Amino acid sequence: MSKKLLEIRDLRAGVADRQDKGEILQGLDLEINAGEIHVILGPNGSGKSTLMNVIMGHPKYEVTGGSIGFEGEDLQVLKTFERARRGIFLSFQNPEEIPGITVENMLRASRQAVTGKPVKIMKFRKELKAAMEELQIEPEYAGRYMNVGFSGGEKKRNEILQLLLLNPKLALLDETDSGLDVDAVQIVSSGVRKFHNEENACLIITHNTRILEQLSVDRVHVLLNGRIVEEGGSELIEKIDREGFGFLKQD
Amino acid sequence: MENRKKTFVEDIERTLYDIRNEDRSAYKSQAGLTEAVVRDISARKHDPEWMLERRLESLKVYNSLRLPTWGPDLSELNIEEIVTYVQPDAKMAGRWEDVPEDIKSTFDRLGIPEAEKVSLAGVGAQYDSEVVYHSIQDSLIQQGVVYTDMETALREYEPIVKEHFMRLVPPKDHKFAALHGAVWSGGSFVYVPEGVHVDIPLQSYFRLNAAGAGQFEHTLIILEKNSSLHFIEGCSAPKYNVTNLHAGCVELFVGEGARLRYSTIENWSRNMMNLNTKRALVEKDGIIEWVSGSFGSHVSMLYPCSILHGEHARCEFTGVTFASKGQNLDTGASVIHAAPYTSANISTRTISKAGGKATYRSAVKVTPNAHHAKCSVNCESLMLDDISRSDTLPVMDIQGDEADIGHEATIGRISEEAVFYLMSRGISEEEARAMIVRGFVEPIAKELPLEYAVEMNNLINIELEGTMG
Repeated sequence: MSKKLLEIRDLRAGVADRQDKGEILQGLDLEINAGEIHVILGPNGSGKSTLMNVIMGHPKYEVTGGSIGFEGEDLQVLKTFERARRGIFLSFQNPEEIPGITVENMLRASRQAVTGKPVKIMKFRKELKAAMEELQIEPEYAGRYMNVGFSGGEKKRNEILQLLLLNPKLALLDETDSGLDVDAVQIVSSGVRKFHNEENACLIITHNTRILEQLSVDRVHVLLNGRIVEEGGSELIEKIDREGFGFLKQD
Repeated sequence: MENRKKTFVEDIERTLYDIRNEDRSAYKSQAGLTEAVVRDISARKHDPEWMLERRLESLKVYNSLRLPTWGPDLSELNIEEIVTYVQPDAKMAGRWEDVPEDIKSTFDRLGIPEAEKVSLAGVGAQYDSEVVYHSIQDSLIQQGVVYTDMETALREYEPIVKEHFMRLVPPKDHKFAALHGAVWSGGSFVYVPEGVHVDIPLQSYFRLNAAGAGQFEHTLIILEKNSSLHFIEGCSAPKYNVTNLHAGCVELFVGEGARLRYSTIENWSRNMMNLNTKRALVEKDGIIEWVSGSFGSHVSMLYPCSILHGEHARCEFTGVTFASKGQNLDTGASVIHAAPYTSANISTRTISKAGGKATYRSAVKVTPNAHHAKCSVNCESLMLDDISRSDTLPVMDIQGDEADIGHEATIGRISEEAVFYLMSRGISEEEARAMIVRGFVEPIAKELPLEYAVEMNNLINIELEGTMG
């Protein structure tokens, strides 16, 4: 049996500043093993992005119940950067612009932070160049400020670039394909394929099944009102693609 | 959840700069400013008669002017208590070995000789009011470049000094210009002949040591036609309890087609009143580039002014101001477009933290004859917490035709989403915040000479603790 990476039990979470906590996740269970690709589908507002952010430890959200374990460790006592150092990566739906920090410097600082080892500049630069070529990112982007003035598609490719160079154990991809044209989706999809192996896992949120076409999806979860209401194999993707979420709301 | 603390930024590490030597000055003038004091200073400096007259004239102006009614509160300043002139116990030294030991150890800790060894052509370090150490590379002398202290310049290049001294900053300009005119002492003089390019930066390093001593150094730089120079002025003073006053004056004459870069990092101790006046006159096709970093002092009022006097004269101003606890730093720039086709580019970053106040103040004036003037101002402010303050006060007076004037200002805080983004890449919260602040000033840092950029980075490597909230 393959190694268990993520184990979520009865997770409840809401917006931290709100009095009633506006509970967005209402008792969610999820298990992901090494080597697997999981997909989360669900209508807008069902709690998909919240789940990603809660796993990463975004301060905007507060966990009010349940547990999140990663390789047997309780994630909730860890800060965001500690979670990243354990091997969790989040590809943002709307990546932040950070003026004054170049893509290369940011990636080098990140690499050093997650590996805990000094990064050899020339070797790293070579690696960066190769990964950028793979994702069809112009070489001069290495010297540009992080996401500043990038188009939507460029920001998403920059996320996948980080994924490849940081090589986490669990990649959370939050609508990495949204707003991309067909070719860009192909590039992102092949980047994910290149990343994925038996040692790591992906959790993908998407509204567009095209990104999944060339990935072998192990498990599909349908999220509705903060709960997983339906699970299955990749056949579920086709069903929802055809019928929408309507059939779930009948329950 | 985890314990949340407010972001809190303590004072930056200043021990390196707060080295204090025992005050063993040979001479101290009487406290307060009287004609006798001014005459005394003049006599000790062996001024020519005209300089004494100008000092006395300035004194009159000084006594007739009030403190400025705008800007930071200066009421803490009691000029009667300021010992205006302190002469250190050392003769002019041409060689490093001859500089007295305690003075030397302070400079050593500030890295001055190392700096010289690396790339600098000459070092004029001002210790209190007198230049104690001075050197210039032979090659510059052979090219006819003059780099000396103001006292020597007054003796050896009297006609040039007489023609230019306080021509750009007349004593009537404001109270502290008048004060400067009356009691000025020390400073640097640079003369670059026509067509000469000084390709290594000249550097001076100012320091104030004695408690209660004002520093009134005068910098006069003259660039003849088609010459170029990079001058670096650095300031750092030890910390004292008595309010210190700095009212220096910088006058820069940029000739036709000449290019001058004037870089400064001011890092005065936190009791300094820094009321410095800097002005440049730029002739046809000339370029003045200011790089200005203000980190220290209790109160600063500093607005380098560029008078674009000839057609196509240009000004580039790049500034960074960092105000922390107990600091009120009022900085900015001023440009006077006084000829057609002149252009200016002003770019500043201000940071405030721990209750500090940073104000960006600028004045752009286009005279009626200066058609097709072009000026763009971009100032960004970052407040690191809820108790600090940033203001932006741009003033524009456009009288020329076809002017192209743009102003862009933003005031903001560190984006918590950006902090989260960096943390999600494994970077600790403190480092994430420091990275964002360094990124914020990066456009300025890249304009600084390397050692200054390093110093600025050290200044910004502030202690940050606590999580987001």
